[in-house]
Amino acid sequence: MDVTESHLSSKEAQLIKRVCGGEPQAFEELVRPYERLVYATAISILKNPQDAEEVAQEAVLKAFVHLSSFRSESKFSTWLVQIAFNEARMKLRKDRPHLYESIDTQQQDAEGDYWPRDFADWRPIPSELLETDQAREGLENAINSLSPRYREVVVLRDVENLSIKDTAVILGISEGSVKTRLHRGRLILRDLLSPGIAGRWRTEKQ
Amino acid sequence: MEWIVKGDDAMSIIEISCVEVWREISNYLDGEISAELRERLRAHFEVCDHCTAVLDGARNVVQLVGDGRTFPMPEGFSARLYKKINALR
Repeated sequence: MDVTESHLSSKEAQLIKRVCGGEPQAFEELVRPYERLVYATAISILKNPQDAEEVAQEAVLKAFVHLSSFRSESKFSTWLVQIAFNEARMKLRKDRPHLYESIDTQQQDAEGDYWPRDFADWRPIPSELLETDQAREGLENAINSLSPRYREVVVLRDVENLSIKDTAVILGISEGSVKTRLHRGRLILRDLLSPGIAGRWRTEKQ
Repeated sequence: MEWIVKGDDAMSIIEISCVEVWREISNYLDGEISAELRERLRAHFEVCDHCTAVLDGARNVVQLVGDGRTFPMPEGFSARLYKKINALR
């Protein structure tokens, strides 16, 4: 394995060498920073915590078993997340083929312009909003109500703070498509979460 | 939709319509637009409360979903994971 590429941090390259060289305990250190990313990837497709945990763990185990086939032209995290995506999509296809179908046959990105549902003023930043379970549930429900094409991009880019480029590589789409989908997803969320009347959270489906 | 402006001379400053502004709000937040377009948007936000409300809302959404508390990991996730990996070793 060539681990001299710049995509790989030297620390990660060393950890990978150690695992492949017969020190499996180094794998934990390699993967730990990305546990959340892998889990969030799985939940962005499967929507429920039990399925997401099962798939996230399967993906990490797969990465462990196949680590020697990792090629360092990509980042380790990108490779790991791609495995999680594939695992999650396979599970969806197996358990809920009707939902998988809807992802598979999705139309192109929405065309036409976005029109805000309202102009509610959000200027006071609701930083402590998520302190309540009700608010966090509202936020997660809103994200889950997005169609998969928007949800996947929003989760990778905004929940997990990946770059536009990494998001594009993981999803196998252009950076332009990432931007288009992100734009639409963010503005739909704004409509869904608009403070509205008496600051109530609205989480109805689009 | 007509441009939403306030002030007598607003029309001379605004060279971009509200619809065009909404199209670019996400890229504006990410700094993914040219300096020239950025300036035109900034001038528009200064005089248009409605577009500013949309911008603030979109920015708040990005802050809220990215604050690290969305989709919390199930408790014990790591322990269960490394137990499985250790069983493979």
